[in-house]
Amino acid sequence: MTLEKLGTVPLYSVGDRVRVRNAAPLGHIRTPFYIRGHAGVVERVCGAFPNPEELAQQRDGLPAQPLYRVRFRQQDVWPGYRGNPADVIELEIFQHWIEP
Amino acid sequence: MGGLPAGKVKPTEHAYADWELRVDALMMLLVGVVGGGKRMTVDELRKNIESLPRADYDKMGYYDRWVISLTQTMIQRGVITTDELARKLEQVRGLSPISRRKRTRRR
Repeated sequence: MTLEKLGTVPLYSVGDRVRVRNAAPLGHIRTPFYIRGHAGVVERVCGAFPNPEELAQQRDGLPAQPLYRVRFRQQDVWPGYRGNPADVIELEIFQHWIEP
Repeated sequence: MGGLPAGKVKPTEHAYADWELRVDALMMLLVGVVGGGKRMTVDELRKNIESLPRADYDKMGYYDRWVISLTQTMIQRGVITTDELARKLEQVRGLSPISRRKRTRRR
């Protein structure tokens, strides 16, 4: 599905530095705890999809939320990370979980 | 799970028990991956798995969690009632042990 078709405009583009919201709402959340509050860079815009938090509660999840693949440095995410400093981890994060 | 401290993951292959294959097939039908129906979303499956008490979650195998969760979802959506479920379980318990499906554990 194209973003235009869904009427959903992505707020961020490839290369943007973004931060994951540090929040702990109840319910089914696709954003892992370990990445909340961390900063990364948008690697790609994946499209837009119905919000899984709403789908989990038997609602339609619309309007669709843009989904981004965000790249984080492993050493930023895991305290005391001893691997290659260039190692990265990429996660797909919905727009409503992202802050500038 | 979810970045919590854990031991090493041992990757091992295993054969699926008949009941596990049936739970998988049931899920594919309920979310509409196969067949024309769509009775639930995979997000509801996940929500109800995450709602399991931690101690139960840790004891259960992969398809144990699935079958409990999709049953909860069918009750929440009004597809089945708790009374129907209870009666069916009673009926299944009444079957001779030899006809029950063999259970295997995953991981």
